[in-house]
Amino acid sequence: MSELTDLSVPELLAGMRRGDFSAVEVTRAFLRAIECLEPSLHTLITFTPELAVRMAEEADRRYRAWRHEGSSTEAALPPLLGIPIMIKDVLCLKGVPCTCGSRILQDFVPPYTATAVQRLLDAGVVVLGKTNTDEFAMGSSTENSAFGATRNPWNPEHVPGGSSGGSASAVAARMTPAALGSDTGGSIRQPAAYCGVTGIKPTYGRVSRYGLVAYGSSLDTVGVFARSAAETALFFSLMAGHDPLDSTSAREPVPPVSLPDTPNLNGLRIGVPEEYFISGMSAEVEQAVRNAIAQMEHLGATVQNVRLPHTGYALPVYYLIAPAEASANLARYDGVRFGYRAPAERLWEMFDRTRGNGFGAEVKRRIMLGTYALSAGYYDAYYAQAQKVRTLIRQDFLDAFQQVDVIACPVAPTPAFRIGEHTDDPLAMYLEDIFTLPANLAGIPGLAFPAGFSATGLPIGMQLMSAPFREEILFHTAHAYQQVTDWHTRRPPLTP
Amino acid sequence: MVAFEAVIGLEIHAELLTRSKMFCSCPVVDSTQAEPNVAVCPICAGMPGTLPVINRQAVELALRVALALGCQIHPVSVFARKNYFYPDLPKGYQISQYEQPLAVNGILPIETESGWREIRIRRVHLEEDTGKLSHVHADGEVYSLVDLNRAGVPLLEIVSEPDLRSAQEVRAYAQTLRILLRTLQASSGDMEKGALRIEPNISVRPAGSSTLGTRVEIKNLNSFRSLERAVAYQIEVQVGKLSRGEVVEQETVGWDEAQEITFSQRSKEEAHDYRYFPEPDLPPLVVTPEWVESIRAALPELPWERQRRYVEALGLAPAEARLLVSDPALADFFDRVVGALKRAPARMAATWVTGELLARLNEQGQTLEVLRLSPEGFADLLDRTVEGQINLNTAKGVLQEMCMSGKPAVQIIAERGLEQVSDPEWIARIVAQVLRENPAELDKYRSGKSTLFNWFYGQVMRLTRGKANPQMVREELTRCLEDQVRGES
Repeated sequence: MSELTDLSVPELLAGMRRGDFSAVEVTRAFLRAIECLEPSLHTLITFTPELAVRMAEEADRRYRAWRHEGSSTEAALPPLLGIPIMIKDVLCLKGVPCTCGSRILQDFVPPYTATAVQRLLDAGVVVLGKTNTDEFAMGSSTENSAFGATRNPWNPEHVPGGSSGGSASAVAARMTPAALGSDTGGSIRQPAAYCGVTGIKPTYGRVSRYGLVAYGSSLDTVGVFARSAAETALFFSLMAGHDPLDSTSAREPVPPVSLPDTPNLNGLRIGVPEEYFISGMSAEVEQAVRNAIAQMEHLGATVQNVRLPHTGYALPVYYLIAPAEASANLARYDGVRFGYRAPAERLWEMFDRTRGNGFGAEVKRRIMLGTYALSAGYYDAYYAQAQKVRTLIRQDFLDAFQQVDVIACPVAPTPAFRIGEHTDDPLAMYLEDIFTLPANLAGIPGLAFPAGFSATGLPIGMQLMSAPFREEILFHTAHAYQQVTDWHTRRPPLTP
Repeated sequence: MVAFEAVIGLEIHAELLTRSKMFCSCPVVDSTQAEPNVAVCPICAGMPGTLPVINRQAVELALRVALALGCQIHPVSVFARKNYFYPDLPKGYQISQYEQPLAVNGILPIETESGWREIRIRRVHLEEDTGKLSHVHADGEVYSLVDLNRAGVPLLEIVSEPDLRSAQEVRAYAQTLRILLRTLQASSGDMEKGALRIEPNISVRPAGSSTLGTRVEIKNLNSFRSLERAVAYQIEVQVGKLSRGEVVEQETVGWDEAQEITFSQRSKEEAHDYRYFPEPDLPPLVVTPEWVESIRAALPELPWERQRRYVEALGLAPAEARLLVSDPALADFFDRVVGALKRAPARMAATWVTGELLARLNEQGQTLEVLRLSPEGFADLLDRTVEGQINLNTAKGVLQEMCMSGKPAVQIIAERGLEQVSDPEWIARIVAQVLRENPAELDKYRSGKSTLFNWFYGQVMRLTRGKANPQMVREELTRCLEDQVRGES
């Protein structure tokens, strides 16, 4: 039954409805894939096979009851009943550890479930496990995890990207049909590109952050990876929408994503920003992205250049704002109420040792950066100034979206780099995110999906961005492209 | 000798009387009574991934206070994170307001020995309380226990301009503000329970100078008495230092209740850098003009307006007016009594409410709510007294019974046959009887002991069981005794 892991989400749902196979069979197929591949890829921090089987059994009971009642209406069944997923280990699921890839939370079991996760549970999903991440989502390679690095299924010598590298790698390797991630500066889009899967970073506020362990609160978003734009859209539309528990979640209505059966991009205006095609980027990446844009033009879209003049400031602005917010968000890990506590005689000694032993180097680096940026005498020059430039960056996009519907560009300057390649050079690591950071600063949505391969067989991704709350047009465009290309259907060498 | 002048500003934190906490749905419990950590959820415990949601009732109460103080309300205010480490602060930061507070530029009128003064209010903002630490010494070990019941309880911070000049003014300001908070039902104002925390900052300068001296802030004051004493003490300390040519160091001091001295807690060098920045988990708080107007329209009469009305419109003595206004529940009761009075004057009601009624409440340690006394019934009693149906003394007894049984005055008067008798013949008969039956006292009276008048009066009232019209008894007794004296001469 290992071919079950190759089926798309709609095919799995149809099969379970018809009774061709059960939810337990589907779940067991993915559990076998995990058992087979996990030793080489290390995508999970917490594997929950018993929970998954229990949930799948419950799904089967509901399928049986539904069939027993005469299969009256499809609406009577939850829309994702029996579909397995993985959850990035920065999103809380009640009763299951949530480590954030950090020693300081290695024993933390949240007594609550993130809203985004709960909405998918309500839709009937089965949870296979919690995926590996850079510690507190700070990183671009999933190497900064206290529990070891995740590897790229296209080449295990390479990183899967990060910080949601566990989720991207697992989806690419067909260990799960979909996985949740979080994106603060590119943590969904960049690993999606590196692993050859589709990943959505929604508009800020589109998906509730309740239960997402905070990194940079004004930048954090919850999104999802799947193998195609159509499947990604399905999960996204079920997670999106206002949540009274998150005051920053938007009240904008969530239109149902309806994707046309025929690939047609007539009337779509695509903007290409020259600031995203920089010297020093990989020629293969540039070529793949330009080919994809040409293909979209062929499907009826019009293409024009747009200017995003403040793009060059995104990196420094991000590395002031995100660490500043992180320095406050991570202050609660003091060993007093939950998580790791280092033994000590005195209170301040306990604080110092708990945080000293509990956090990894990159987290400490960002806490120090952020504390500095907020300090008396520096606040105006750093944090306040960064917020002003952030407004300019957002305005660049809003201006551009007066002229075009989507902006097309690369996700990252290169395909996946080698494990260890950037670990001693934080700046080089930070540069991996230069094309993804602006969307977080502007609060706009971005979709990453495969657009080709390098000569060495590594996936190349492209990115589409749109005005706030226009995720549908991203899915629509990528879906049309995926109907005429097969990059997203290719299997990495490491698959079941 | 240079004369010095004290310059004092106050920061007051008042716990708001909301049902739930500032940013979560935990109930607000009395943290001096409740078991530790019974009102705690993942949000107020600062657990990872949780987010705050603003309590609408807290904003409304804050707006009531700000509007009563005549503040300018910011249509958009911003919550901010105030960062510092302490085990009673679960998130490692307190959500407060900093650059853009809820309201600014108000006035609190206070009554001083030299008349009314307007103290300027700099700002009014919302924030959350911290938890409480208990330091335990047991079995040779020293450790601390954390109680998070109070963590996240809404606090209103009210900051004055440095307009106060003496310890007495500081006390008047704090007391007036407490009366206001109680009148608005915004805070219990209980200082001993920590629901009202007052932190004065004091500096001293040569009188007439327009520059400010170095300020010292006093913390942990849990009564108005310690507030006044601590401020007076600090002024004395600073004046002493400056007179001797020493300098005042900027610091935070505590108040030692037992020794009545302040002691240093934190110097300027140890002051925190709170690294304030806008709270990214909360969008700016938008207060619409409609909301403000609906709250303004629902404001009750303010204490200083009420006090003026009592004196100017109702003719109350200033001390009575002040006493009534200091207890909003009592003043409300008084207003309802006045509204129901048919014949008795408001001044009489004030005398009775601040006299008999307050004495009754104090001696039984009761509150108005538990008394079975309606303002209408109380007004009726006063009217009957004025009409002469019962005399004043009897009325006091009737009031006592009304409070206990809840029966109306008319029923008590009838049941106990207390109605005042104004029959002149009957009174003359009793007076004659008393004089006849007490020849020894009469002799003494005749020989000049005129103070026995009251004794004879008492005898008459005793025989009539208090029912006789006192005025008529006095007149009859005066007449008869004068006859006796004249008959002698």
